[in-house]
Amino acid sequence: MSENGAESPPAPPTRTRRFKFLIPALVFLGLATGLGLGLSKDPGVVPSALIDKPVPEFALEPVRGTERGLASEDLRAGAASLVNVFASWCGPCRAEHPLLMKLAEDGTVALFGINYKDRPGDARTWLDQLGDPFERIGADLNGRVGIDWGVYGVPETFLIDATGRIRYKHVGVLTARDLEETILPLLESLRP
Amino acid sequence: MIAEIGHYALILALALAIVQGIVPLIGAQRNDAAWMALARPAVAAQFFFISTAFACLMYAFVVSDFSVSNVANNSHSTKPLLYKFAGVWGNHEGSLVLWVWILAFYGGLVALFGGNLPPALRARVLSIQGLIGVGFLAFILMTSNPFLRLDPAPFDGNDLNPLLQDPGLAFHPPLLYFGYVGFSMAFAFAVAGLIEGRIDATWARWVRPWTLLAWSSLTLGVALGSWWAYYELGWGGFWFWDPVENASFMPWLAGTALLHSAIVCEKRGALKSWTVLLAIIAFSLSLLGTFLVRSGVLTSVHAFATDPARGVFILGFLVLVVGGSLTLYGVRAPNLRSGGLFAPISREGGLLLNNLLLSTACVTVLLGTLYPVFLDVLGGSKVSVGPPYFEMTFIPLALPLLIVTGIGPLLAWKRADLAGALYRLKFAALGALAVIIVVVAVHSFADVMAALGLGAAAWLFLGVVTEIAERLKLFRLSLRDSLARAIGLPRQAWGMSLAHAGVAVLVTGIVATSTWRTEGIQNMRPGDTVALAGYEFTLNEVNFVEGPNYVAQRAEFAVTTDGRAVTLLYPERRRYQVTGQDTTEAGIHTTLLADLYTVIGEPDGSGGYATRIYHNPLVPWIWLGILIMVTGGAVSLTDRRHRVGAPRRARKPAPGARPQEG
Repeated sequence: MSENGAESPPAPPTRTRRFKFLIPALVFLGLATGLGLGLSKDPGVVPSALIDKPVPEFALEPVRGTERGLASEDLRAGAASLVNVFASWCGPCRAEHPLLMKLAEDGTVALFGINYKDRPGDARTWLDQLGDPFERIGADLNGRVGIDWGVYGVPETFLIDATGRIRYKHVGVLTARDLEETILPLLESLRP
Repeated sequence: MIAEIGHYALILALALAIVQGIVPLIGAQRNDAAWMALARPAVAAQFFFISTAFACLMYAFVVSDFSVSNVANNSHSTKPLLYKFAGVWGNHEGSLVLWVWILAFYGGLVALFGGNLPPALRARVLSIQGLIGVGFLAFILMTSNPFLRLDPAPFDGNDLNPLLQDPGLAFHPPLLYFGYVGFSMAFAFAVAGLIEGRIDATWARWVRPWTLLAWSSLTLGVALGSWWAYYELGWGGFWFWDPVENASFMPWLAGTALLHSAIVCEKRGALKSWTVLLAIIAFSLSLLGTFLVRSGVLTSVHAFATDPARGVFILGFLVLVVGGSLTLYGVRAPNLRSGGLFAPISREGGLLLNNLLLSTACVTVLLGTLYPVFLDVLGGSKVSVGPPYFEMTFIPLALPLLIVTGIGPLLAWKRADLAGALYRLKFAALGALAVIIVVVAVHSFADVMAALGLGAAAWLFLGVVTEIAERLKLFRLSLRDSLARAIGLPRQAWGMSLAHAGVAVLVTGIVATSTWRTEGIQNMRPGDTVALAGYEFTLNEVNFVEGPNYVAQRAEFAVTTDGRAVTLLYPERRRYQVTGQDTTEAGIHTTLLADLYTVIGEPDGSGGYATRIYHNPLVPWIWLGILIMVTGGAVSLTDRRHRVGAPRRARKPAPGARPQEG
């Protein structure tokens, strides 16, 4: 360990040696700048590049055992809708599922599902056990369509207007509060 | 009236902190005894006023004074008394008052026990403590006043977040903060030492007990948080690599490194500048932890108070404290004279390797935690970094660390004989090998990582036993003589052995439960039975019960194995009426070997319930291991050479002349 500059017997501190000790301060400076810039961003709202753009073109097979798959045309059918990206392997999805069931019961808005990178059997069992709130579900087996939608984690929920444009994207578990304070008012404002 | 007294006490405390932060520092610089002497009464008065403020806030919570906005937002008249107390720090403003109270408490300890510290060092340390206090008190008064009034006062409060209404979490913040703030002691000593330009063995001897105290509290605090996540969140896991968890884990890693490098610094006078840097970093990470949790720069399941305006203040404070101290370090550290040369293979070398591994682990956690923020800033996409990253980066560092920890205590200072040490560890090596072979034989090669983890834990544990046996000359002397040696052994040595043994137990628990957890997620009707891991779980019934401020759906599970009754479990799903939030209370049956863990979920509307059942092998070992580690810390703290405030500079023997000790 004698090559370690800090431990060698007192040598007159050279300029490079002195500089070494300033590295921690410089690293911190970079860190603080990043954090400062990070403060101006709100991590909860994910500015999707797709906001106000038409939904990507896609057509997905139904989840095995269900009848109706999901394609872009379904989202342009003339009414606003919610598209929920979910998977049976995703714990938080289970947490928001009851809310989706309730939403489907109330019939406030058409609810579509994209089953993301799931095994068909698992998805089927999930729907059987917890209930199926979706009018249509597309099975995105390899996650290809998820990429087009900019999905980076499940669950995610997209609000689509009647003409098939993405108006809002919610990342993470949907809570009753998100629904009441953000999504339902937005839906209301989209109504003609 | 009471709230105004509290508010006023905080303002007085701020004024005193400003005095405490400036006058003794100048006094030390000018060698003015009277100015330096001001530090102790200032600390005492500050402790008094912050205690007053804290007591006032607590009073407001206990009597449910809803004209105080903080109480109205975070309490409710029907809330159980324990959570009225805990509610004081269960929110942003109150937790900061707790923070400064602990800071003042530590300052008070220095003033009280620091009688034989050199006066200039004591004055500087107390001043730096005072300056930290200024930052936090100003933060409280300017952005987060806990004593704001509401007019008109509401009839009742909004209640505390129900997830936080839990005995485990009631004590989690105080312990965590005792740890976080405890590192401010090492920090204050580091900065004072840098200002003086002298870091010596006495300095290190002063830093060690404070670091040990902080480390023990932090360990317990982190464990309590993890335990809470385990039984309250209802997913059967104990660690989620969540940013808030990482925020407490990073200071722990840095603090553990500091604990070890300070030993080298004290015993051998080496690694001085590195130890100082670690002291600064450990406290900086504690501040960063506060920043990450409070500012909203990261989202997390339990960042419960976020506000960007506060974030800007904390960031400014962080830049001042961390940037300032690191700059001071950059200017002063090159001039620190370092003694104690050592060969790579030596006790020092082992401790240095320990430090390298711990700091690397700390950096990987930091990277994983901050990467999403930075990618966002750089205009990239929003990402979240999950457990796979942390597992992939952390485990390859943890394994060698365990192996080194097994060898290190057997190495001599300065220059050691590695082959000799390894030979003495032959039983540990055989034991580890046996564990690896058995695990692979029983569970196949698929679990080879688990086999290595358990093997490393066995190696460490047997290494600890070997080291102790050698010290006691067990089986070489009569049992009686060995016992006498055991009593004569320094408490520090026992502390180290206990802490290391605790790590082995902890690792065993983590590896076993992560690898061999079995779970069943299903829909059950009363009367249904599910078999899992050799047990049968029957859902007997689901009832509604009423708690003080919630209603709950409580299930009764009968657990049997081979037709023999094991236990009855009562998991609950609670709905807190004020906030309308649901929480799960897992029903857990603990044996020494495993936890049986049940969760009751939503009814499906046709008489069935979603249920989750887990069999978590060796989970109790995690908590047991941590308790052993903390016991080790406590035992070591009682060592007379750690006796706070007994540096005995005059009687210090030459470095290296001291007998071998842990």
